[in-house]
Amino acid sequence: MDFSIGIKGQDYVILAEDMNAAHSIILNQQDHTKMLDLNDHLLLARTGELGDGVQCAEYLQKNIQLYQLRNGYEMRSNAAANYIRKYLADSIRSQEPMNVNILLAAYDTISKEPQLYYIDYMGSMATVPFAAHGHGALFSLGIIDRYYSRSMSRDEALSVLKKCIVELKKRFIVNYTSFNVQVVDSQGIHQLDRIVA
Amino acid sequence: MTSRYDRAITVFSPDGHLFQVEYAQEAVKKGTCAVAVRGADCIVLAVEKKAVAKLQEERTVRKIVQLDKHIVMAFAGLSADARVLISRARVECQSHQLTVEDPVTVEYITRYLAQIKQQYTQSNGRRPFGVSCLLAGFDKDSDTPRLYQTDPAGNYFEWKADAIGRSAKTVHEFLEKAYQDDLVADRVGTIKLAVKALFEVVQSGSKNMDVAVIAKDKKLEMLTTDEISKYVSEIEKEREEEAQRKKRGR
Repeated sequence: MDFSIGIKGQDYVILAEDMNAAHSIILNQQDHTKMLDLNDHLLLARTGELGDGVQCAEYLQKNIQLYQLRNGYEMRSNAAANYIRKYLADSIRSQEPMNVNILLAAYDTISKEPQLYYIDYMGSMATVPFAAHGHGALFSLGIIDRYYSRSMSRDEALSVLKKCIVELKKRFIVNYTSFNVQVVDSQGIHQLDRIVA
Repeated sequence: MTSRYDRAITVFSPDGHLFQVEYAQEAVKKGTCAVAVRGADCIVLAVEKKAVAKLQEERTVRKIVQLDKHIVMAFAGLSADARVLISRARVECQSHQLTVEDPVTVEYITRYLAQIKQQYTQSNGRRPFGVSCLLAGFDKDSDTPRLYQTDPAGNYFEWKADAIGRSAKTVHEFLEKAYQDDLVADRVGTIKLAVKALFEVVQSGSKNMDVAVIAKDKKLEMLTTDEISKYVSEIEKEREEEAQRKKRGR
């Protein structure tokens, strides 16, 4: 029932996610953040089982921090993405698989490139210009296909994002009250204004 | 592993000594000197850099290491042993935060390292770590700088200023005489005292010193050789003036 969406530009990646924390038919929280900073240039948006998501994301965050302390430099986006992918691939082959889908927004400070990784709970990974997880993806991907260009500005990306949200509001059965929006660029991870549907 | 080693290496002597631990402390005394001074708002770690062989790359010798974003450690003794402790401490810092969400306090991680060291003085087939550590940092929600020291026995104490390694006794005596609260009230004063203390041992100057400053919520700052040279020349000048004054005074 969650929805996460990522759009990559020339020098940034925008990630947005719904803020519902629900169990079955009960909505526990409407302002729950499901994004986590893994390091200064890595942002993880998780969808799926809430408890699994927290366990998974915090464990990954601490290991990525440990890497940084051990080696004296940040884990690069590619390394982190593959590490996360392997973690989920191992998890699906274990007795208690994690039911977590991930969008990883990264800025590689060495190659100076933004990256967006689509990783799902089975451990499949794709490097993409834009992506979405959840039922909402079915509504959003067509819209972004229509309007996306690699050279679009952040404001243009945000307006495409808003188009998707309007569509969800209109045609998707689940009501998302607000969306958490963050952006990753060379300066780090920044919080943008919440989008209220 | 322990089933194959059924003999303890660290055993009591008839007069109550643990000789292996004392020998480990001797090993520490052979290591290069590390000095730490706790100021009012920062901690300064000054370590002696051993001269590297001609063909060796200098930057692969690290005596000041970061355990976590807010905790730094300097050590004296066997580097390889220190590496093991550093690795364990780094993992524990993250593990603690994963479990309780809070970053470790300096005391906690000191106690953790001390516990490991003690275990190695009381286990089959293991020898004690030949390392003494100086741990510096700030606790979350506190502006008080903290400085702790651990030894191979697994003892740990909090210090205002401390030295470990080669000629630590000389530096201790110097610090006991020189340390004043108002001297270390600011960053510059604390750095100066730390460099002065290390200077008692490292006569050769700024090339053989590494100085690090730990301040609240700031990244670990390693002083450049030029910055250290400035302090060293200031200290040398003061010493000369002091010597002149003594001569004239007579």
